[in-house]
Amino acid sequence: MELGDLLLSLAIILGKSLLLLVALLVFIAYALLADRKIWAAVQLRRGPNVVGPWGLFQSFADLLKFVFKEPVIPAPANKGMFLLAPLLTCTLALAAWAVIPLNAGWAIANINVGVLYIFAISSLGVYGVIMGGWASNSKYAFLGALRSAAQMVSYEVSIGFVIVTVLMCAGTLNLSGIVEAQDTRFGILGWYWLPLLPMFVVFFVSALAETNRPPFDLSEAESELVAGYMVEYSSTPYLLYMLGEYVAIITMCALGTILFLGGWLSPIPFAPFTWVPGVIWFVIKASFLFFLFAMAKAMVPRYRYDQLMRLGWKVFLPLSLIMVIVVAGVLMAFRLAPGMQ
Amino acid sequence: MKLDQVAKSLLLKEFVSGFFLAMRYFFKPKATINYPFELSHRGPRFRGEHALRRYPNGEERCIACKLCEAICPAQAITIEAGPRRNDGTRRTTRYDIDMVKCIYCGLCQEACPVDAIVEGPNLEFSVETREELYYDKAKLLANGDRWEREIARNLVKTAPYR
Repeated sequence: MELGDLLLSLAIILGKSLLLLVALLVFIAYALLADRKIWAAVQLRRGPNVVGPWGLFQSFADLLKFVFKEPVIPAPANKGMFLLAPLLTCTLALAAWAVIPLNAGWAIANINVGVLYIFAISSLGVYGVIMGGWASNSKYAFLGALRSAAQMVSYEVSIGFVIVTVLMCAGTLNLSGIVEAQDTRFGILGWYWLPLLPMFVVFFVSALAETNRPPFDLSEAESELVAGYMVEYSSTPYLLYMLGEYVAIITMCALGTILFLGGWLSPIPFAPFTWVPGVIWFVIKASFLFFLFAMAKAMVPRYRYDQLMRLGWKVFLPLSLIMVIVVAGVLMAFRLAPGMQ
Repeated sequence: MKLDQVAKSLLLKEFVSGFFLAMRYFFKPKATINYPFELSHRGPRFRGEHALRRYPNGEERCIACKLCEAICPAQAITIEAGPRRNDGTRRTTRYDIDMVKCIYCGLCQEACPVDAIVEGPNLEFSVETREELYYDKAKLLANGDRWEREIARNLVKTAPYR
């Protein structure tokens, strides 16, 4: 390839990334607002409604507020690490979006190990938490970081097994391939959420725990602790942590959409519905999952730490292991596995 | 564990029923009001910001009897009395209320024989400095002029119970 072609393709990738990044951040701004509005509505409150019509500019006002505040760095903190940690969390969370296909062929990097890539990136997210807690040089932040890290690592295991069952059904690690494998003539009934229903439930709950969302937000439980590992952070570093957290949540919603809800596929597989662009279906499905996340936050009381660990290791891990074996057995027995028909 | 229990917890039965309950609340009318734009109901006995009233002819009601100063449990009121310049009747030369000390008990307006010091319906008098909360006579009289209509109406409404 010539240098010109190389530069051109590089520019195209950069442009695509920029476009995705802007779209993603705007989506997150409104997801954040929706999160607060839903939370408020369930509690019979109004939620943010002053900045702009119906509070639509609230997230942007918050962004400006965070950016223009003074970043306080504690004297005993390790300054470099302290500032690097939120950056790491945010960057890693955003990096996962490189492989997520919003429509047929719309992934920035359509790699064949997409699932592994996402899994690796989201595992690395724990480092941001640990680094932040350690670099703050405060015992509260450190304990919060240990709790968060333990929680994220434990639930990663069961998410891994959930993904394995999906992979066995789809026969590919490519995220676009997984969506295409769900493209049957049954439409919404052919997506993996129905045949793998218990796994979908396990995935949803683990995704809540993995992203430190309520009811598993005990690392930053507002009513008991202040903010867990983020307790020493303020201003832009704090903003980066929050942003990373919400990006991770949206990533989990997108992953759930791809693995269980048929990605960009139309729920009813014939004419008027298939004309709708796939990306719209994708956004609708991801928003639906996010709505469930927000409702879970509004209605479920917080778990105790030992209950959290029990659920992760004693319930979800054996359950997902059994399901892996059952699904594998069924696929082999009825010769349903991809490439066996 | 029984099989139906397993099925219930696997399919998140409690979560789903909780979800529908939460959705019912989601569409209920809101319990909160748009505070800065709308105020909730305040009764006629509401004890808000203090005011010194005047008679309809513009004369101050206060006769400097110092009953309010005496009864004030927080000792927030300071009065100095002196003869009035034109006719020599007893009037206040100084009437200060320390709004930081005030506990809004309403004893001053109960004690007042001429309904001069009252607690009006205003509750939005937050300020940025402590000094602004040391109210002097001019401020209190200005409050009285500003809120006279509401204060008079509330006094009429509460009169049968005094």
